[in-house]
Amino acid sequence: MSTIDRKTFMKLLWRHRKTGSLSRRDFIGLTGLGTASVVLAANMPGLLASRRVHAAELGDRVVLATWPNYHDPQNFETFAELTGVSSQVNVFGSNEEMLAKLQAGGSGWDVFVPTNYTITTYVELDLIEPLDLSKLPNFVPSAYDPRFTEPGTVNGTVYAVPKNWGTTGYVVNSAKVTDNPTTWKAFWDLTMGPASGRTMVHDYQLTTIGNALKYFGYSFNSVDPKELADAEELLLKAKPHLFAINSDYQPSMRSGDAWMSMCWTGDGSQLHRDMPEMVYVLGREGGEIWSDFYAIPKGAEHPEAAYALIDYLLDPEVNAREVMAHGYPSADSRTNDLLPKEMLNDPIMYPAAELLDPLEFGAASTLTDPLRAEILARFKAA
Amino acid sequence: MAKAEQSGGQRSVVTTMLLLPTTLWFLLLLVLPLIVILVFSVGERGPAGGYQPAFTLDQYANLPARLKAFTNTLTLAPLGTILCLLFAYPLAYFLGVRASARAKPLLLALVVVPFWTSFLIRTYAWIFILGGRGIPALLAQFGLDDVRLINTPFAVLVGIVYGYLPLMVFPIYVSLEKLDKRLLEASADLGASPLRSFLQVTLPMSLPGIVTGCLLVFILLMGEYLIPAILGGGKVFFVGNALVDLFLQSRNWPFGSAVAMALVVIMLLAVTAYLYFASRGRRRADVSVI
Repeated sequence: MSTIDRKTFMKLLWRHRKTGSLSRRDFIGLTGLGTASVVLAANMPGLLASRRVHAAELGDRVVLATWPNYHDPQNFETFAELTGVSSQVNVFGSNEEMLAKLQAGGSGWDVFVPTNYTITTYVELDLIEPLDLSKLPNFVPSAYDPRFTEPGTVNGTVYAVPKNWGTTGYVVNSAKVTDNPTTWKAFWDLTMGPASGRTMVHDYQLTTIGNALKYFGYSFNSVDPKELADAEELLLKAKPHLFAINSDYQPSMRSGDAWMSMCWTGDGSQLHRDMPEMVYVLGREGGEIWSDFYAIPKGAEHPEAAYALIDYLLDPEVNAREVMAHGYPSADSRTNDLLPKEMLNDPIMYPAAELLDPLEFGAASTLTDPLRAEILARFKAA
Repeated sequence: MAKAEQSGGQRSVVTTMLLLPTTLWFLLLLVLPLIVILVFSVGERGPAGGYQPAFTLDQYANLPARLKAFTNTLTLAPLGTILCLLFAYPLAYFLGVRASARAKPLLLALVVVPFWTSFLIRTYAWIFILGGRGIPALLAQFGLDDVRLINTPFAVLVGIVYGYLPLMVFPIYVSLEKLDKRLLEASADLGASPLRSFLQVTLPMSLPGIVTGCLLVFILLMGEYLIPAILGGGKVFFVGNALVDLFLQSRNWPFGSAVAMALVVIMLLAVTAYLYFASRGRRRADVSVI
């Protein structure tokens, strides 16, 4: 399943344990980091020579906070060979979790991967470093679809450069659930009906509450107390029927324990690639479209290594290998030029326009809204 | 005389020096953080989360919103402790009383060996054992379809017993190992049946081990977070999980502090009551031995 070898795994695991994060998704995310095998283009001698010279100033490690199944582990290996910098990868289940770690201080991260709607808050709270674009020659703004770069710029300053974009839908094991659901209403009704005990929702306020709001036709981003009360009621009603509340749903979907789960594009791609009966569905009512970014937190311990890692991952060739491994679309046209045609026509990665139209980008207000935070916490503790 | 005073003074300096690390440890790492939590718990959530100074009891008034986490903890922690005791006692008895002197070191090592592997990894293993392809698949072979084990209170209890068993075995083993076999012989000579000897001699003599073991397991279980998170699927929630959520997700530090204070108070009450009854029980047991 995974391309990671034993030595790398033990190394990563050991480092990972030292950081003290001990949640299930951390562990599974680490072991499941990327599930595709990608042939490595090893002919980069020029790059090798120039980077090695700078190895001393880069240090020997860089800490990355990212999402589960979101990288090609081989790329980190190659980065370590090129620069002498080894990457320590921490995975998270929600932007709230990332924000909480940064707010608490001492996260130890050098690079993190915030989603579009969080960046203004990071700027307001002074938790994010403005980027020195001269250190990121591989970031060429004109190559990107501006929809997916704009949230990285706040008040004219670039704080974050685009990683990938995608959607939030749900994945259905069509061998087990044969109803061909197409809406969020169907998702929740199946959960409380034929798929009882087999559904997973994210451990994430934005998507779990947002997609419960869609059941009633409300905005995905609503912070209206009355609408949120409806969503909470639905969540509490559905809770006894859930298999789990977890943002790392691939292992349970693969094992057959879960039949249906809220799902991001790339997980949909990876599951469908390995198990064709896994179908990725976007609710017709709408839901979320998003873009993720690379950013550097204030007070990063290894800023030079952070720039080096971001620039390396933005290299179109490296990025293309990333996309082929994780199955999330890139907004970078140079990267897309290197991808196989069938990938660019893949309906999971590039849904039809009529499905994309009703989707909403997450709103900054949802991140700081105390009610949404408390509703998710209450739902979990109920 | 003067010399004795001097050595007395020296002794008190030595005593102070020896106690200093512990005292500092307690002040810096227990008392001070508790004061911080207390202050936070009467504060307010900041606009973007975190803490902002205030004086309000709202956080404590909101405690019922986490009632389920408290009732889960207060049922599963004692239940887990009792199950650990039931499983650990026969093993400790065998190790302490029955096992031959030659086999004992090996058997004791076997109890310790699992600790060489990370607790996290050993708990993850249960995901696969209790998951759909594990025991339920096996049961399906025998016609028991659709058994769900993972992400249930049962799964959490399995994880608890598995993880905490050695903590219960060792204190009981130590108290049983010191058991004077002549007492049992005397008991038998005086006509007591083996069962009666066990109930009136062995069991009371091992009570200190039981009390220590239960206390150790119970206190740790009340703060348990990992096992419910891994084997409960976010559905079997302990107070520890609620705390992690409040600090690391919804960033409501004041409410999190209030929940933490409530847990501290409940623990203090429970442990005090437990020790009170345990010491009364032991006094009674001592009398019955005499």
